[in-house]
Amino acid sequence: MTRTVPEIIAIFLAALTALVVAAPVISIAVLALQPEAELWQHLLAYVLPQALRDTAALLIGVGIVALGIGAGTAWLISSHDFPGRALLLWLLPLPLAIPTYLAAYVYVDLFEPLGLVHRTLATLMPMPDAIKLLPAMRSLPGAIFVIGLVLYPYVYLSARAMFQHRSADFAEAAKVLGAGRWTTFRRISLPMARPALAVGLALVALETLNDIGASEYLGVRTLTVSVFTTWLNRGSLAGAAQLSLFMLAIVTVLIAIERFGRRESSYEFSAENPRLMARTQLHGWRGALALTACLLPALLGFAVPLLYLLHQSIRRGLLTTETTVWRDAGHTIMLAAIATGVALLLGLIVVIAQRWRASRLTDASFAIAQTGYALPGLVLALGLLTPVLFIDNSLNALARWIGATPPGLVMVGSGAAVVIAYVIRFLAVPTGFIKAGFERIPVDYDDSARAAGAPVMTSLRVIQLPLLRPALLGAVIVVFVDCLKELPATLLLRPLNVETLATSIYQYASRGSFEEGALAALLIVAASIGPVMWLARFADVPKGPV
Amino acid sequence: MIKRYALGTALVLAIGAPAAQASGEVNLYTYREGKLVAPLVEAFTKETGIKVNVISASSGLEQRIKTEGANSPADVLLTVDLGRLDDAVKAEVTQPIKSEVIDKTIPAQYRDPDGNWTGISMRARVIYASKDRVKQDAITYEELADPKWKGKICIRSGQHIYNNGLFAAYVTKHGEAKAEEWLRGVKANLAQKPSGGDRETARDVAAGKCDLGIGNTYYWALMMNGDPDKKPWAEATKVILPTFAGGGTHVNLSGVILAKNAPNKANAMKLIEWLAGEQAQKIYSDTNYEYPIRAGVAINPTIAGYGKLNADPMPIAKIATNRKAASTLVDKVGFDN
Repeated sequence: MTRTVPEIIAIFLAALTALVVAAPVISIAVLALQPEAELWQHLLAYVLPQALRDTAALLIGVGIVALGIGAGTAWLISSHDFPGRALLLWLLPLPLAIPTYLAAYVYVDLFEPLGLVHRTLATLMPMPDAIKLLPAMRSLPGAIFVIGLVLYPYVYLSARAMFQHRSADFAEAAKVLGAGRWTTFRRISLPMARPALAVGLALVALETLNDIGASEYLGVRTLTVSVFTTWLNRGSLAGAAQLSLFMLAIVTVLIAIERFGRRESSYEFSAENPRLMARTQLHGWRGALALTACLLPALLGFAVPLLYLLHQSIRRGLLTTETTVWRDAGHTIMLAAIATGVALLLGLIVVIAQRWRASRLTDASFAIAQTGYALPGLVLALGLLTPVLFIDNSLNALARWIGATPPGLVMVGSGAAVVIAYVIRFLAVPTGFIKAGFERIPVDYDDSARAAGAPVMTSLRVIQLPLLRPALLGAVIVVFVDCLKELPATLLLRPLNVETLATSIYQYASRGSFEEGALAALLIVAASIGPVMWLARFADVPKGPV
Repeated sequence: MIKRYALGTALVLAIGAPAAQASGEVNLYTYREGKLVAPLVEAFTKETGIKVNVISASSGLEQRIKTEGANSPADVLLTVDLGRLDDAVKAEVTQPIKSEVIDKTIPAQYRDPDGNWTGISMRARVIYASKDRVKQDAITYEELADPKWKGKICIRSGQHIYNNGLFAAYVTKHGEAKAEEWLRGVKANLAQKPSGGDRETARDVAAGKCDLGIGNTYYWALMMNGDPDKKPWAEATKVILPTFAGGGTHVNLSGVILAKNAPNKANAMKLIEWLAGEQAQKIYSDTNYEYPIRAGVAINPTIAGYGKLNADPMPIAKIATNRKAASTLVDKVGFDN
């Protein structure tokens, strides 16, 4: 079959996109080839054992916290009715609106000696006694607590979809056979939810590995922090690249787990009208207990940070005194908006190319386009530096050669590098959303349009894009919010005179006065609340035709 | 401004994107937060008409300049520590600062012999002592290892550049073996694992977790005069200027380098010389409570209240040569564990 011009362009652009997404990893691999013998002696002796231990402990700890809270609350809320349940339905996912680094800053402020909690305790007992009761936030347990609290919704959301729709028949059968609630949960619901839990946990682990702000601030020297210090404090890009490769190996394992989980749960999306499980009514103290169990994580993971930020912003009058925050917000929105637009467009191209012409090339392009999310932001930024600066330096050489004024660092200087980093990191979102959206459009539509003689572009414009609108909207919301929050890549790649909300908060925090960045932090959280609620609803609706 | 990003991004591969290199500008990379640098920058622009573009970060700027390479827009790097100055030299991103003004105003002890950097203000690494629990008013650095302080000292990470500078000065003064012994002694006196920053150290002293904290001179003044929440931390403590036995107080530098490929070299030199001038010295000292580096500029009253600074005469460049030794010692004695 001959290929039309739009098809050829789509295939070419899809392949090009895949190449750009793959560029950082390739460049990291090349950088890692340089020998760094002396450095590795030091890393092996003093850095790596600690980093591996801390990373493993953090991943396991956060996993346990997220699993306990996420699966527990999902089960309570899916199979029970109790007072306050309706409120909790929208409260429970909201910690996702709090970036991990913000949660860390807030909890350190709250629990520091002479901080709010200490002073409150001290009204009941002498200060020196009260201080002994304060948990040490700047520690591994502190980091596990803080990160687990804001990431559990990943597990909650995926487990809830599972508990809610899938186990009704089995649960009722078990009930008829005389099994109690607990037995049903342990023997039926939990095993059935296992794939969903694996997916949620893998996402939690990826986010934990990506985090640098929280771990660094809480004194947990993870691999991510080690990459950062190896490059920036020890001056070794090659060493940092080698550590990054090591990290990517871990990420690959996590992705494999996630894929495996998803494969097992593939039937989740097949039924169009799942029967919901009848919920058990909980009364009296049982109801109160269920309410408390669900309310506590939502309060600690969302309400406490939000109220603290609100309190600091008002008390310090930041709305009137903090003038740079609006400029930073402008930068943030501008970078995020451009990145969202580009990501959406590229996502569309990658999916369309595959739909129009499924081939090894377009399939591979699609697969590669989704890998960016697995790259920790910091590793991505390190990997991007070389190709981006190569382009910049080539442009300058070219300008000199034709006798023009060298333009300087165009890509880095204009913020293009930041945008590219965002696009690569979050491209998986639009490709995923759009692919899912397309799957709900029968291929018959394409064929009918073609049979009627409509060019591919026309059928795309008239039939498919309108049908895709919900998926496109979802992608826009998620990518935009992810960009607003992004810290590590922005930190490394931002141009002169540019701060985003995230980097300005980071700077306040690094000099020990995070409260002064409370307004910027509040803006990030406020911007994320709506989208998270939208997402939660999206995850909640039984999957069926749009 | 916003248009520039839109444009730059849209024309990723296009030519002629705007670059902050037009004449009448200078690009400043700084480890000091943008906010603290702002008054200096404004005054400089007002006086000279030269626009200053700023990027601030808490780490990695010399690495960034190095990676940016020949086309780096960096003109001047402003650091708040001798370690970063030394890092910049090691990263080979400096060029000699040739200026009679600088040579005349900045004491040789606070300049690199090869001209790779020059100090522009000073901060001392001192002790925040509990007013209630510490009777002593004078103390030596050597004494910090004395078992009488067992369980009573708080400090941030031993690998932090400020401590690295102090420990390197100790190595320079007494040699590696003595320094190792001293570090083991200090570690044995710690009340808790090194953590947080200098402010948290003052706070921990105020909260009763320890009696002595090690911190820089300006943090105390910032707490005293800045955020009312933090004033009690300073009020519960007194600042003691420690000395080396038979020497003076360890001072560190806020300093500058001239970037190797500085595209606006002439403006950069103007900025550097201006920073050594009286007006800048006064602003620097009043916004961040540092000791002016040139003679004849009044010391901020809060800082002057600590007592007369008797800075140790050791050249900063000499201390820099022992940074790696100090860092290795910290790992060796497990100071941070």
